Amino acid sequence: MRTASQIAALFTGPQVHRDVYTCPGIYKLEMQHLFANTWVFVGHESQTPNKGDYFTTQIGDQPVIQVRHSDGEIYVLYNRCPHKGTKIAIDREGNTGKFFRCPYHAWSFKTDGCLLAIPLKKGYENTGFEDTENAKGMTAVGAVRNYRGFVFARLAAEGIGFEDYFGDSLSSIDNMVDRSPEGRLEIAGPPLRYMHKCNWKMLVENQTDTCHPMVAHESSAGTAVNIWKEMGNPEPRPPAMEIIAPFMSPYEFFENMGIRTWPNGHGHTGVHHSIHSDYSAIPGYFEALSETHGKERAKEILGENRHNTVYFPNIMIKGPIQQLRNFIPLGPDRTLVESYIYRLVGAPDELLARTAMYNRMINAPTSMVGHDDLEMYERAQEGLMSNGMEWVNIQRLRTGEEDFTEEAVENGTTERQMRNQFDAWVKFMTATMEKA
Amino acid sequence: MAISREEVIDFIYDEARMLDEGRYSEWLALWLEDGHYWMPLDYKQTDPHLVTSLLYEDMFMLRLRVERLNGARTFSQKPKSRCHHVIQRPFIDEMDGDRIVTNTSMHYVETRLDEQFLLALTATHELRVVDGALRIANKRVDILNCDAAFGNIQLLP
Repeated sequence: MRTASQIAALFTGPQVHRDVYTCPGIYKLEMQHLFANTWVFVGHESQTPNKGDYFTTQIGDQPVIQVRHSDGEIYVLYNRCPHKGTKIAIDREGNTGKFFRCPYHAWSFKTDGCLLAIPLKKGYENTGFEDTENAKGMTAVGAVRNYRGFVFARLAAEGIGFEDYFGDSLSSIDNMVDRSPEGRLEIAGPPLRYMHKCNWKMLVENQTDTCHPMVAHESSAGTAVNIWKEMGNPEPRPPAMEIIAPFMSPYEFFENMGIRTWPNGHGHTGVHHSIHSDYSAIPGYFEALSETHGKERAKEILGENRHNTVYFPNIMIKGPIQQLRNFIPLGPDRTLVESYIYRLVGAPDELLARTAMYNRMINAPTSMVGHDDLEMYERAQEGLMSNGMEWVNIQRLRTGEEDFTEEAVENGTTERQMRNQFDAWVKFMTATMEKA
Repeated sequence: MAISREEVIDFIYDEARMLDEGRYSEWLALWLEDGHYWMPLDYKQTDPHLVTSLLYEDMFMLRLRVERLNGARTFSQKPKSRCHHVIQRPFIDEMDGDRIVTNTSMHYVETRLDEQFLLALTATHELRVVDGALRIANKRVDILNCDAAFGNIQLLP
């Protein structure tokens, strides 16, 4: 068992100890503290549009159900029968009607979790059953917030509020939703599900790692550029060129695109421009968006080309292409990555087609780009077991002590966002630990 | 001269063998220029465009895939993967003039280092007869557990 000060010692500022990626004890503490104290992404409201619709997922290692209750609100419940522990819902999504019914002994629950009925209930008379926690029904998580369609939950009953936790970082979700002429998104099909034999934090860090694309992805992006050249640079460019080729941009491109960090571990690449900036215009889209917002505001919305926004602890969104990646921890060295895409309601289909193309080209288990990323993570997971060195270096462009309670915009190749994440990691790991 | 059923069946077997033996230039030459290799993400998926697929690749992407496999800095292919198809006799579902559709059950094994995995799949080939030779107009590969979480699938099932 580690104390709060021992946990804090794992992050020195310029370095982080390898145990945060490899140690089963630290992982257990993350599940117990970090994923309980932070606001974690659950799902999108359009996954459960009607009363009784549910969707099953995990918050950290906790199985939960997102469900639309009869009052029209979304609830997040632990996926466990209060009787013997049986998971109430096994399929990934469905509609349960007015109540959940456990398939083992037919205990039933309203869709807000309250106990509805138990068969042969007189067997519990004079047993003191009504005073137990089991009699209350399925347990709800500590707090739930639906922000513009994105459902987040905090497992802990007490803790930081939603607005305090996310602050101005919500501007990235705003920009993604504002891109819909109707101001709302809709889930488009099932997510890619990609298994990674590495720690979940490696994936989160990679989202703002701007010094790897031109190296790790040379074999896909570089080869694409070469083939196009051999073909005589035909226009219009093959769709693959628009999506993959920008990964080959030079260091200066990434330096100049900028990185912004917000308090509590959130941050994004692509402050000034990004690899999504040069996508071709889709006929009719700007007109549709202008109709809603006026031309000036529509230009402003589309002028933001934020690349990857990390919402600490474990999701990333791409506003310009309406993608969300959920890095679900399954163990210290095992992470399930689910990559979702959304339709901009009211926008032309071509936008969604490009988004679907991006998702499969970059983030599928069959993706040439994904292959090299996973190779790097898994090599790192194995390499970190080496006793030759215990510390990982994250001090690029760190010239002194840093204050992560202030928003900052820096050179796009800084590793400040990774340090920002570890600063928040220490904060929310230790918030509910013994101080000694 | 008309193409016989036996020639169609041999073509499907030959294609699988090319992939297993890594004869990719020959394999690319089987394709018509506007063909697509589609691997759906969802069971019985009908739309390749507005929901995610595992693959929906045109000739540019397939060529890129093949060239990447041989690249000097293709890190996930150091060392290289190997694959193996075991295929059942193809059904010829349609044979109408120059257009032929086949349906073939396969077991696909891919290996690299100490890892090996098995996929059960159904390949649907849309073939055309061009200048007396069979060519691939489109190919769809449905993986039985397409909605499961996979690690890297690096070669072509």
